[in-house]
Amino acid sequence: MTYIPNTDDERAAMLRVIGVDKVEDLFHDVPEAHRFPPLDLPRPLSEAEILAELRDMAEANADLDHVACFLGAGSYHHFVPSVVDMVISRSEFYTAYTPYQPEVSQGVLQALFEYQSMICALTEMDVANSSHYDGATATAEAVIMALNVHRRRRKRVVLSPTVHPMYRETVHTYTQGMGLNIVGEDAPLHDLKALADLIDEETCCIVVQNPDFLGRMFSPKEMKALADAAHAHKALFIVVVDPISLGFMVAPGRYDADIVVGEGQSLGSLPQFGGPYLGIFAFKKEYVRKSSGRLVGETVDAEGKRGYVITLSTREQHIRREKATSNICTNEALVAIAAAVYLAAMGKSGLRRVAELSYHKAHYAAQRIAEIDGFDLLSTWPFFKEFVVRTPAPVQEINDYLLDEWGILGGYDLSRDYPQLENAMLLCVTEMNDREEIDALVDAFKEIANGALDSTVRFYVG
Amino acid sequence: MRGPEPTIYEISSPGRRGYTLPELDVPESDIPEEFLRDRLLLPEVAEVDLVRHFVRLSQKNFGVDLGFYPLGSCTMKYNPKVNEVAARLPGFTKIHPLQDPATVQGAMQLMYELQTYLAEITGFAATTLQPAAGAHGELTGVLMMRKLIHEGRGEPHRTKVLVPDSAHGTNPATTTMSGLQVVEIPSDKRGNVDLNELKKHLDDTVLGFMLTNPNTLGLFDEHLLELTHLVHEAGGLMYGDGANLNALLGITKPADLGFDVMHINLHKTFSTPHGGGGPGSGPVVCTEELAPYLPGPIVDVEEHDDHVHYIWKMPEHSIGRVKAFWGNFGVMVKAYTYIRMLGAQGLREVAENAVLNANYLQALVKKTYPVPYGFRTCMHEFVAQGKIEGAEDVRALDIAKRLIDYGFHPPTMYFPLIVPEALMIEPTETESKQTLDAFAEALERIAEEARTQPELLKTAPHEAPVRRLDEVRAARYPKLKDVPGME
Ligand SMILES: Cc1ncc(COP(=O)(O)O)c(C=O)c1O
Repeated sequence: MTYIPNTDDERAAMLRVIGVDKVEDLFHDVPEAHRFPPLDLPRPLSEAEILAELRDMAEANADLDHVACFLGAGSYHHFVPSVVDMVISRSEFYTAYTPYQPEVSQGVLQALFEYQSMICALTEMDVANSSHYDGATATAEAVIMALNVHRRRRKRVVLSPTVHPMYRETVHTYTQGMGLNIVGEDAPLHDLKALADLIDEETCCIVVQNPDFLGRMFSPKEMKALADAAHAHKALFIVVVDPISLGFMVAPGRYDADIVVGEGQSLGSLPQFGGPYLGIFAFKKEYVRKSSGRLVGETVDAEGKRGYVITLSTREQHIRREKATSNICTNEALVAIAAAVYLAAMGKSGLRRVAELSYHKAHYAAQRIAEIDGFDLLSTWPFFKEFVVRTPAPVQEINDYLLDEWGILGGYDLSRDYPQLENAMLLCVTEMNDREEIDALVDAFKEIANGALDSTVRFYVG
Repeated sequence: MRGPEPTIYEISSPGRRGYTLPELDVPESDIPEEFLRDRLLLPEVAEVDLVRHFVRLSQKNFGVDLGFYPLGSCTMKYNPKVNEVAARLPGFTKIHPLQDPATVQGAMQLMYELQTYLAEITGFAATTLQPAAGAHGELTGVLMMRKLIHEGRGEPHRTKVLVPDSAHGTNPATTTMSGLQVVEIPSDKRGNVDLNELKKHLDDTVLGFMLTNPNTLGLFDEHLLELTHLVHEAGGLMYGDGANLNALLGITKPADLGFDVMHINLHKTFSTPHGGGGPGSGPVVCTEELAPYLPGPIVDVEEHDDHVHYIWKMPEHSIGRVKAFWGNFGVMVKAYTYIRMLGAQGLREVAENAVLNANYLQALVKKTYPVPYGFRTCMHEFVAQGKIEGAEDVRALDIAKRLIDYGFHPPTMYFPLIVPEALMIEPTETESKQTLDAFAEALERIAEEARTQPELLKTAPHEAPVRRLDEVRAARYPKLKDVPGME
């Protein structure tokens, strides 16, 4: 099926109007030697056939309806209320493009304006843009914004080792042509003082995550001290957040963050194998003209009625070209609308409850696991919904056992990113994990403590 | 027409709830006081009010499903509904990106096959699906070129990227973001890159050339092979902005024409919806020489014991990852579905009909409006000018706004920059002759109105949820949020 409505007769009539004999004649500018190459692709399928194939492919995956998930590390399984998908399935929203024509795009514009408003409320920041691609790219864009605030004169960036490893890698990728000196990633974990000491007069920004990649919550006092250290050198203080944690945690705007970024996937989107996600990006109003990404603003129409438009576009590529603050064009608008619906549905009490449920369940799991011989709870610090456990065997082996014998997706193997955290697993618990699942995880770990790994021979592929 | 829709905060009332959550089934733990926020200014709404609010908002929005959306350069084709069903299969939405590869072989197979199809369609050796949009793909591709030239070939003095004056704004913006300098190359009278001007800049400081082909005038460059040859001879690489790939499916393979690396917009060419501005997906395809520089990981295959296993593989000299995880998987599922349903012949028909529709519409429109390059055969789009003889005050903007009253989404306006009063029209292959005829007729009637009652255009739209909006005020007194209780 090609979704082409015109019939052969209609095509013939159109060709006559154009004044050519056949469609092929329209391609005379294409070099003849390279015209109409064969494409080696599978035969076309009907809708029924492709759906059957896709179902097979989808069912070849172990999905979260069939396994218990204790994996987080930047992608989270939180509940998504039915209203979210209902709204973003409205084809007036999803088949539109960027609202360049505001008069026929008030729906998307107002929804994005409300998204911006709710992100400001959540982070206690002045301004939020209408999205970046994801948490990682939002972090990279924040670093570039800080560079631009300093007119590219300051080239040093202090990057905490417990910012998500993929975000850090993305910062390096994005800025590889900018001649930056990125420091701090080899600092001792959780040593904010050590990070503060790295800030100097050459530093344009410091980037930290709260709760950090290992799940640790830093208090507003600790964060404010770091903010003050940054501001003492006129460096920008950039904070990466988990928006769900802000259900009860003090917002970064209250400890003087200059830019707040984060992954918005947990606000109404399923993990869906890593994307599309949502880059949250909020900042103080004095930096608005150095910011990147689309901004929706309120205005009035010719009759004085309230309406919304894309505004302050003189920062953007379509106006400023090589002097733009970023090259971003298409963003994650529909995912931002999903987040707006989610935040409105949960509201102030619901979001707080999601955060509390995750917190209590994670702490219950951590306490029970800490009681098992051979499993040490390394998170002796305040944590939100993720914590670190030292395991008696390599994490991969444990996870294979959990999956094969218990139908459990275990935690993230921290040795991938932190050599000092060998045999250490980052576990995540949300409101989606019921007590039965948590207890099963505990029982499985007990079996491992009793030597289960030695007695089973398992088949592992991948 | 209904008045303004209140904001979500305006329909909020203390104590209302629109959610349910599981009971706490474990003992509570203490949350230290110092971590607790003192306020959370989110709205409180009931589910019914929430749903009505967003449904009413949706009714103030125009999408492809409501009518013709000839937004040039954006390929607003019909978005097949089977794509939406496919992407929502629980085996695709409810999988975690960090699951053991052994547990997500189906998803990885889909990605691997999509990588292979995109490489086949464009003639390239390798693909990454990681970039989230076209501009993200541009950054990816230009960083790859930079790394190959600076490190692989040891030529760090090459820092200039040539960009035609017809280019989309993302091309020069990408160049700057990559730490390189833009040199703008003018176009010639036939809308091609001016080869004589190009030659003046081809020295050993050139890293590469970013070319959209067909270009933003909708024209296939008549000297393309010579151009790519000249750039290569000068030691540069050719970047292809694949925004306009819809014109080339099964017609020609960009790799055969001398491009080294190119991004593809799945949200244009491969029918995935634009989502009101995103999400998109911007895979990058490249030659054998550039493949080791791709961001990663990408999906590869291994065979053990007669079984195919999909694995993650980091290219040897990778520029590094460009985002978290693997890319916009949900969008990939839709593009995959589309390619499998069309097959090779179907894809070629897409390009043929996209080009046929554009040329037909160009033939109709040029009777009434100037089409500066209308003496040439266009590809999938063409650029007219919003200039009407006998109505000198009327601008492209007025025509665009008046089109709304006729039930059409306006074309792209004022781009490309080299055509004054540009109206860039891309019909796509999914529109019928009747729709194109009706659109051309509306444009004719608007031209007539412009001469007889120009006020009608100046004050358009009349039939939209709002009248023309004050953009100057929005920028001068920015109001970027409205949260009761927040400054
Ligand atoms: C010619 C051209 N290049 C690049 C882009 C950027 O693509 P995206 O919006 O997917 O980032 C566009 C998008 O509108 C375009 O038309």
